Amino acid sequence: MPANARNWTAVWRRNYLAWRKVALASLLGNLADPMTNLLGLGFGLGLIVGSVNGTSYIDFLVGGMVATSAMTSASFETIYATFARMHTQRTWEAMLCTQLTLGDILLGEVAWAASKAVLAGSGITIVAAGLGYAAWPSMLYALPAIALTGFVFASLAMVIVSLAPSYDYFVFYQTLILTPMVFLCGAVFPITQLPAAFQLVAALLPLEHSIELIRPAMLGRPAASVGTHIGALCIYAVAPFLLSVALLLRRLMR
Amino acid sequence: MSSVAIDLAAVDKSYRGKVVVNGLTFTVAAGECFGLLGPNGAGKSTIVRMVLGMVPPDAGKITVLGKQVPAHARLARAGVGVVPQFDNLENEFTVRENLAVFGRYFSMSAREIEAVIPSLLEFARLESKADARVAELSGGMKRRLVLARALINDPQLLVMDEPTTGLDPHARHLIWERLRSLLARGKTILLTTHFMEEAERLCDRLCVLEEGRKIAEGEPHTLINEQIGCDVMEIYGGNPHESIELIRPYAQRIEQSGETIFCYAPDLEPVRKQLRGRAGLRLLERPPNLEDVFLRLTGREIEI
Repeated sequence: MPANARNWTAVWRRNYLAWRKVALASLLGNLADPMTNLLGLGFGLGLIVGSVNGTSYIDFLVGGMVATSAMTSASFETIYATFARMHTQRTWEAMLCTQLTLGDILLGEVAWAASKAVLAGSGITIVAAGLGYAAWPSMLYALPAIALTGFVFASLAMVIVSLAPSYDYFVFYQTLILTPMVFLCGAVFPITQLPAAFQLVAALLPLEHSIELIRPAMLGRPAASVGTHIGALCIYAVAPFLLSVALLLRRLMR
Repeated sequence: MSSVAIDLAAVDKSYRGKVVVNGLTFTVAAGECFGLLGPNGAGKSTIVRMVLGMVPPDAGKITVLGKQVPAHARLARAGVGVVPQFDNLENEFTVRENLAVFGRYFSMSAREIEAVIPSLLEFARLESKADARVAELSGGMKRRLVLARALINDPQLLVMDEPTTGLDPHARHLIWERLRSLLARGKTILLTTHFMEEAERLCDRLCVLEEGRKIAEGEPHTLINEQIGCDVMEIYGGNPHESIELIRPYAQRIEQSGETIFCYAPDLEPVRKQLRGRAGLRLLERPPNLEDVFLRLTGREIEI
């Protein structure tokens, strides 16, 4: 468990310093993929689709892409960069010789991955707003939801990190969990298009709750059941985090 | 301050049914350099990880700087500096950044860190490399940086796992010299090594390990005198069986390891006479060292 309330900041600052050295390339990499999806699908598919739920398709898509980019950037930061720091770079090994506990390290890593999610999500929001596809100022309400989404997917990915023997296993998480979630949770089309059973599954998935908070903010509409969505995301942030601490204690400290 | 830095009492550790540390007991006094000497697989790294509280022992009691480990390992580590077996520096960071980042892991303030960095750079002889990236440093410089990094919290106790493995002789001697200066400042050192020379030069006392068990403990020179106590001749080449038969009457003890024969005798002159003129033999006479102690105790040479 974290030793105190501020030890984790030392881990976060270490990652920030490393990121600062490659910031430009990292930003481009983080934004290029969701921007391509947003503009490609938005303009291309948007022409055929016409309007969705009383708005243009590209306006509808913005919220989904912002949530998805927060999900992917937090997930990828954790399964690739964090795993490297635990495994090949031996960064954690050095940290564990200091006053940091494993809990401090994990909290710092998760907070860092969530920060990268905020960076990616807000980057797309700003570009979308600049192009006139996101509502000002209500899109500001999306920021805390983006941060929470980052924490959720960093925690979930940390469980995968604590179980995976090598990098080869992460592709399964990506293709079997993350990508299906994009389509099940209404990122690119409304979930009302899905069969009823799939809609029930979607209601249990974290990305669905993120999108339900972020999309209305982007469209300038009031969001429904805000408390439920925030509550569900908080559970998805905390429970996997605790599980990953337990799993990594078993993996690293024996 | 207690005069005992580390105390291990009857410590056991197994992994998946394989015994790695077996009933190990030793005490490291404050201010001494204590060596754990043994081949790879003797359990040295596991002992180090247990002392640091990263691995719980199956049985036994470990006390480090007066704190129970692993229960109070974090408290104990406040006074411990660690030099790991493999460099885990931040390769993309500069020398100075490596030290600063590590200081923050000890909750040191920016001002405290700034205050100690110059003396650490000086200690590691890295003043001119302060703003160089770690990736640009030589192996010896990296090792000295790891050592400087271990000192950032001004520890009383340094725990070093194979501090000079992989270094060239020049770099190794520089590390030894730095370690002696730390001992002169009153620091306590626990180090693991499979280098007999390192153990002999640096350690006040050492514990010889084989397969997780202590097979000898004491001052290097006492161990050498007690276990060997006479000169040694190494014999290479020729037919080992023939050579052994020739010298057997004049030797106190003979060990064979690979193609080398080790002949121990108070007087080596008759041995030399026996072998004189025999083709293909190379002879080396030398004083006994820890290698001989290890060979005597285990029946084999230390394997790296």
